[in-house]
Amino acid sequence: PVGPGGGRAYAPPAERKRFYQNVSISQGEGGFEINLDHRKLKTPQAKLFTVPSEALAIAVATEWDSQKDTIKFYTMHLTTLCNTALDNPTQRNKTQLICGAVKFLETDTVCYRVEEPAALAELQKNEWDPVIAWAERRYNVAIGSSTSILGSNIPASTKETFVSHLASYNMWALQGIEFVITQLKSLILSMGLIDRHITVEKAVLLSRLEEEYQIQRWGSVEWAHDYDLCELRARVAAGTLFAHLCSESSTVKHKLLQD
Amino acid sequence: MAALGSPLRTLRGLLRELRHAGGRAGRPYRDTPAYRHIVAAFRAHRVTSKKLCRAQQELHFQAATYLCLLRSVREHTALHQEYHGKGERSPEEVAGLVGFRLPQQPGEKG
Repeated sequence: PVGPGGGRAYAPPAERKRFYQNVSISQGEGGFEINLDHRKLKTPQAKLFTVPSEALAIAVATEWDSQKDTIKFYTMHLTTLCNTALDNPTQRNKTQLICGAVKFLETDTVCYRVEEPAALAELQKNEWDPVIAWAERRYNVAIGSSTSILGSNIPASTKETFVSHLASYNMWALQGIEFVITQLKSLILSMGLIDRHITVEKAVLLSRLEEEYQIQRWGSVEWAHDYDLCELRARVAAGTLFAHLCSESSTVKHKLLQD
Repeated sequence: MAALGSPLRTLRGLLRELRHAGGRAGRPYRDTPAYRHIVAAFRAHRVTSKKLCRAQQELHFQAATYLCLLRSVREHTALHQEYHGKGERSPEEVAGLVGFRLPQQPGEKG
């Protein structure tokens, strides 16, 4: 489907002029809302924009308030994630989302190894083996790695463990987690982030290990390499923050139960 | 656990990013909900006791993640502006690149 201007129907125009002076937050029945002057922000499908977390609302408001003369939608990752959670344009339910996420395990970046060049194979072993070991301990599963072009052979029990672990997150947090997985091309690195075992910078570095290896050998091209690096960091940081802020209430409840 | 460095450094970095991100000139960045929320959160978790350790680590990780987001968006936008933001060259500019000038078409004069 084609929208006005020839773009995809669900994608907004890349930029438009800033049309509001003040950005503020208010609390409505469904959660926190964003006000642009006196207008309430809506999603691309014209639903009222409401988010369950105040901190998330503040961060979204900051995205809108940071825009200067033109609104650069492609930089507003948190807003985009909220719109996706509210509109669910791909119409996937929780089970489908989780299945899609766990499917990444079969060709997880950190499990998919080269045999040559030897230096890269060594780098992969040194950088990726520890993360796999962490995930195997943390989730009590077997994962391993493989140089086969078909990817590693992940036991069904391992997949089941991750399926039921992801099911413990609410739909909003899951959208964030799934987004991070598709960006990093790795379920394991994403779990490392969600469990706060590694930082966003580290996760992105590990995801881009081969690129970094080539960059060290051949040099970096700013308008391509750095551009991609910054964009990936921004998206992964947004997805991670989104997932954490949306699962915050469950963390609070958990703490109360522990006390 | 993630190597996060010093919380103070993260906080300073965050406040610096918020200052850069302030879209409207003349509006003090200290007046924004984001600034107030972050400062309040860091103050609330300043007490160091074993009981709060996990909450502190969670907050610091969130702050570091948000800092990464703000910083990366700013850097990406700057790179975009520099390398991809200028649009296409006009036909005259393209001709000029190889030392040509476009011919004057007969109906265009006057």
